[in-house]
Amino acid sequence: MKKFTKLTSAVVPLNIENIDTDQIIPARFLKATTREGFGENLFRDWRYENDNQPKADFVLNNPTYSGQILVAGKNFGCGSSREHAAWAIQDAGFDAVISSFFADIFKGNALNNGLLPIQVSEEFLAQIFKAVDNNAKSALEVDLENQTVTIVETGAQESFEINPYKKSCLINGYDDIDFILNQKQLIEEFEQAR
Amino acid sequence: MSKTLVEKIWDAHVVKSEEGFPDILYIDTHLIHEVTSPQAFDGLRKRGLPVLRPKQTVATADHNVPTLNQLLPIKEELSRYQVDMLTKNCAEFGIELYGLGHPFQGIVHVIGPELGITLPGKTMVCGDSHTSTHGAFGAIAFGIGTSQVEQVFATQCLLQSKPKTMKIEVNGELGQGVGAKDIILYIIAQISAAGGTGYFIEYAGSAIEALSMEARMTICNMSIEMGARGGLIAPDQTTFDYIKGREFAPAGEEWDKALAYWKTLYSDADAKFDSVLTFDAADIAPMITYGTNPGMGMGIQEYIPATGAQPEKEKLSYQKALDYMGFDDDSSLIGKPVDYVFIGSCTNSRIEDLREVADFVKDKRKADNVTVWIVPGSKQVEQQAKNEGLDKIFEAAGFQLREPGCSACLGMNEDKIPAGKYCVSTSNRNFEGRQGQNARTLLASPLTAAAAAVTGKITDVREMLTPNP
Repeated sequence: MKKFTKLTSAVVPLNIENIDTDQIIPARFLKATTREGFGENLFRDWRYENDNQPKADFVLNNPTYSGQILVAGKNFGCGSSREHAAWAIQDAGFDAVISSFFADIFKGNALNNGLLPIQVSEEFLAQIFKAVDNNAKSALEVDLENQTVTIVETGAQESFEINPYKKSCLINGYDDIDFILNQKQLIEEFEQAR
Repeated sequence: MSKTLVEKIWDAHVVKSEEGFPDILYIDTHLIHEVTSPQAFDGLRKRGLPVLRPKQTVATADHNVPTLNQLLPIKEELSRYQVDMLTKNCAEFGIELYGLGHPFQGIVHVIGPELGITLPGKTMVCGDSHTSTHGAFGAIAFGIGTSQVEQVFATQCLLQSKPKTMKIEVNGELGQGVGAKDIILYIIAQISAAGGTGYFIEYAGSAIEALSMEARMTICNMSIEMGARGGLIAPDQTTFDYIKGREFAPAGEEWDKALAYWKTLYSDADAKFDSVLTFDAADIAPMITYGTNPGMGMGIQEYIPATGAQPEKEKLSYQKALDYMGFDDDSSLIGKPVDYVFIGSCTNSRIEDLREVADFVKDKRKADNVTVWIVPGSKQVEQQAKNEGLDKIFEAAGFQLREPGCSACLGMNEDKIPAGKYCVSTSNRNFEGRQGQNARTLLASPLTAAAAAVTGKITDVREMLTPNP
């Protein structure tokens, strides 16, 4: 799994609430049997017209905004469990997603792929959107070790929560399967004891 | 110590619990389908691992299959490849597959219960968020991502933090024309599409206890639509009667042993929930959604809430949803013309749903402006409908009875609602583009959908029913 430690980057702001995984990657693109290539269809129907022309008013088509951090409104990633949503975001070049609230399954999927979901307060989220509104190149600094996110320009900082186990997985680049397989004997003992 | 039902089942499946780490949770049954499994099988190959317990894994093809001419090769190349890949993967890793043409094929959450695979007290997972459906039997069942599908393949376990618990009680009697789908749409409208995030929900109360198993599945199915990891209902005589005699259900001595255990599966009287909500069944009307998430629902006679009444920072998203739907705020949906009616999905495609619709449309005909698709949840449901002559009723009404699959619920196959068209759907999601690019979905019960099919517009079904004596 991809490692994550520190990241300083401008952001792509998507100030919409309840963004569901059908928006992130519509079902008709789930026919692929590998993990690669979903990025080109990230937010497909918000990003392109039916004739595949880019929609000029969508943020991913606006060259003013760039960066490895996606910032979105609350309840990000709700709906379908499709991990393709996390793959698509990562494949499009993002390493972290910031929101004031994440849907559970999306959050787990992101963590399992080294895409860091950062939950901040409503107030801090509003500050980020405001900073980006004022200056599209406004950068954020994400420090996983210290669990902080900082608006570089203003110095405003907030701590975020992350399960300590998941944090060490991200920093070291190992995954749940490695973790469980190293304790395989326990599984067999559990089965025999039932 | 007193425990909730979730805690009882959870604790019985913990392989290891260690401070600072998620629990290692043992998974009894793993259901898989063609869309979220191929990358997981690939992962196993890369690691050189087998499926640890292939006998505890069951596969079907449902998400990406046609609902017409299922015995012909799938026309669309990518879909055919994906379904073929499932067949190959199951053969290679020794997994039982109920694929196209098999009498047990169907939507994964419909076949588990009808085959007696879904049982009280089990832990069950599937790479699909509506896995919560199986909670209707008093099981811990939840949706997972593909990396976790690979985890369960490799280890028959998942790393999971114990969820918080919520109890939702619905007491009293439902009015005429109001059913399980209305109950769950009502609850989601009350607590929002994120109101259950982080929780496992136990549904209880006299209105829930009075429901059939199939109705309970409809309730648990949509737990994810309020963000909950899962929902469940304590098993009772209704549950036991449903399970007995099914294909893979325990029998003989095994049954007696299982039943004795199942009878211990309830929340202790003084068990503590992290949150408790109570609703009155009498307050629930036939429900309909007007927006682009399942929390945007209302009683069918109500008016769409005013944009001005929304919290300031939510106004933009709210208005965007109404614009997408082509609806004005502060207006009624009654009489609004409808283009499509879809009766199907893991929420409402079981035999009771089809019977209810058939009973209502008998001697009626669909309106000319509406296309009606009925997609049964499984081959067994389809067969049963034919045995009971429901197919004849549908045919006479101008409803098209198709073959089983997820179909227009997610529009992955060719069953798509065209851009701009309105579809009253018994499925579970009204997200933008869910049923097809720019399609507009209104979620409702099978009865409300049937009423729209007959009148060609949004209709309060209660006005078409003979009043109860």
